[in-house]
Amino acid sequence: MKSNIILAGVGGQGILSIAAALGTAALEDNLYIKQAETHGMSQRGGAVVSHMRISDKPIASDLIKQGTADLILSVEPMEALRYLPFLSETGYLVTNTTPFINIPNYPDYEEVMAAVKEQPRFVAIDADQMAKDAGNARSSNMVMLGAASPFIDIDFKMLEDGIRNVFGRKGEEIVEINLKALRAGREFAENNK
Amino acid sequence: MHKQLLLGVEAIGQGAIDGGMSGVYAYPGTPSTEITEYIQENKLAIERGLHSKWSANEKTAYETALGMSYAGKRTMACMKHVGLNVAADAFINSAITGVNGGFIVTVADDPSMHSSQNEQDSRYYGKFAMIPVLEPSNQQEAYDMAREGFELSEKTGVPVMLRITTRLAHSRAGVDCKAVLDENQTAMPQDARQFVLLPGIARRRYKSLLEKQAAFVKLSEGSKYNNYYEGEEKSLGIISCGIAYNYLMENYPEGDCPYPVLKISQYPIPEEQVRKMEAECDEILVLEEGYPLVEEHLKDFFGKGTQVKGRLDGSLPRDGELNPDLIAKALGKDTSTGPDVPGLVANRPPALCQGCGHQDAYEAMNEVLADYGKGHVFSDIGCYTLGALPPYETINSCVDMGASITMAKGASDAGLLPAVAVIGDSTFAHSGITGLLDAVNENANITVVISDNESVSMTGGQDSSAQGKIESICQGLGVDPEHIRVIVPLKKNHEELVKLFREELAYEGVSIIIPRRECIQRASRRKRNLKRHANH
Repeated sequence: MKSNIILAGVGGQGILSIAAALGTAALEDNLYIKQAETHGMSQRGGAVVSHMRISDKPIASDLIKQGTADLILSVEPMEALRYLPFLSETGYLVTNTTPFINIPNYPDYEEVMAAVKEQPRFVAIDADQMAKDAGNARSSNMVMLGAASPFIDIDFKMLEDGIRNVFGRKGEEIVEINLKALRAGREFAENNK
Repeated sequence: MHKQLLLGVEAIGQGAIDGGMSGVYAYPGTPSTEITEYIQENKLAIERGLHSKWSANEKTAYETALGMSYAGKRTMACMKHVGLNVAADAFINSAITGVNGGFIVTVADDPSMHSSQNEQDSRYYGKFAMIPVLEPSNQQEAYDMAREGFELSEKTGVPVMLRITTRLAHSRAGVDCKAVLDENQTAMPQDARQFVLLPGIARRRYKSLLEKQAAFVKLSEGSKYNNYYEGEEKSLGIISCGIAYNYLMENYPEGDCPYPVLKISQYPIPEEQVRKMEAECDEILVLEEGYPLVEEHLKDFFGKGTQVKGRLDGSLPRDGELNPDLIAKALGKDTSTGPDVPGLVANRPPALCQGCGHQDAYEAMNEVLADYGKGHVFSDIGCYTLGALPPYETINSCVDMGASITMAKGASDAGLLPAVAVIGDSTFAHSGITGLLDAVNENANITVVISDNESVSMTGGQDSSAQGKIESICQGLGVDPEHIRVIVPLKKNHEELVKLFREELAYEGVSIIIPRRECIQRASRRKRNLKRHANH
């Protein structure tokens, strides 16, 4: 088993919570993990990326080689496109459709979505709406993790446990909302991949 | 024991605690900050009462750590690469005084300048000070080196540098933690004069440092971190330093690298292994994160010896961090990529947060300074440096910690008026105070804006050492209290801010404007924490 995952977004969107849930799940599954994060200046509203690698064998590099990512998981549609050179020939692009517009020259939204839909394998999901439906707009990142889960070779139960682990200290209600968001995301991806 | 998932920096913090460290001394700086934060929150560190509070700057941190070492205890000073410039005086001299308790100086370099003004390579500082340098290739080595580095320091009698770069600092992996060692007892240095660097003593100490150099090379040659891997194909030998080893191995996923490989993670350069490679290989490729330190050392000035390839001959880029793709290219391997980035993708640079007090200060400054034209504002290192970018474009310099006040004074001395400095509260405490004293002593015509968000924000909201003391510091330095003006930077106070700026720009002397409002990120974290505690 080996998964190379590019996590993309904008500083402040919380992609590291996705990485934390996934990392905890992989560790519980006794897998090897390497996960490179972006800290520092870019966290102030700049483009941020995390390289996440999960394998049943020891992993050498902290960074993913171009053309070898099995998955680009982006919480913002333009950011999904920024890392396309990393995507493998069989890789999936899974992106939130809600744009995060904090720059004056953000491109035309329709053109961004057209570029997403040009990809041979993609899932485009309105995670913000789905999170609201699940009970908390702030759980959109767990919708995204759910949407990515069919393309990651980790037992879904482990991901649920990962969420319990990461959100446990915030109380049972928050855990349930995030689990609901995770399942909704997975269901959408299963039906729309 | 179960593996812990740790960032490289966290692995260093855990390793230092497990290695019997009694105190860490640091000033926040990306990518080194989380070492100290990890220790501040670690249960055992709290139980043991290990020192972990922030220092005012890297020099005070380094010297305090040296004092702890003098007293016989194990200690670590942490900083980002440019922080070592600030601490350099103490650092270089500490190689000559030597240590008593084990002393590790951990320096995190930032090649590609993700959050920095330059990409200087701290291994040169290690070489300059003539001390052993450890450079882990992965998180486990980072842990092991932090844990065992104190012993190496005590054995060699000098501080040991632990050098990491951004990728290792901020990448997570499973780490096996080992037994926790006891702290040292307080004990006087064996040589009562070793810390007295009067010329006569310093000359003796320096000779003893020089005499140790051969032993340091022997230690490198025997180090478990430096490994020579045999290879059948001798047309090329590869030397990989620190994290570059991982990028090399990524290109041979089955562990099937045909070339001899020397992995270097401890310096000085292990001469014996390098000579072996030179004897058996036609060419040598050097892979190192940072400047071409090893490559320069091995490259023959007259070009008659073994050809050495790397960053200097274009096999690898001269600047920026390495990655598996660059190394694949240097090895002539497959470098195919996924689809190109569509042309419509726009850059997304960092920006001031919505609602940040620095924004209100810049709005007002821009309005007032419009009368004078561009080019009058000297600034510093911090979130407010983003005021150089659109939409504000208020500031005209960012050089090093504290340079705003001193550069404004120099420009004012040259007749460029008005001369304005913009500095943050923590940067002021770090290196602004002495510059302000210079300005006061000459009654320089400058206006200093201390944009106070009561936090070290760019690095994640650490406590600022000048909190609650800024006005009294300025008064103590001799600034006229009538020209120390405090205001809350909010939209509703815009007119008042503008008026205040106008008045103080007109004043011919040193004036201080302090727009003060808590960092909004720190405020929201504080509120979240309060809410969480209230719920429990």
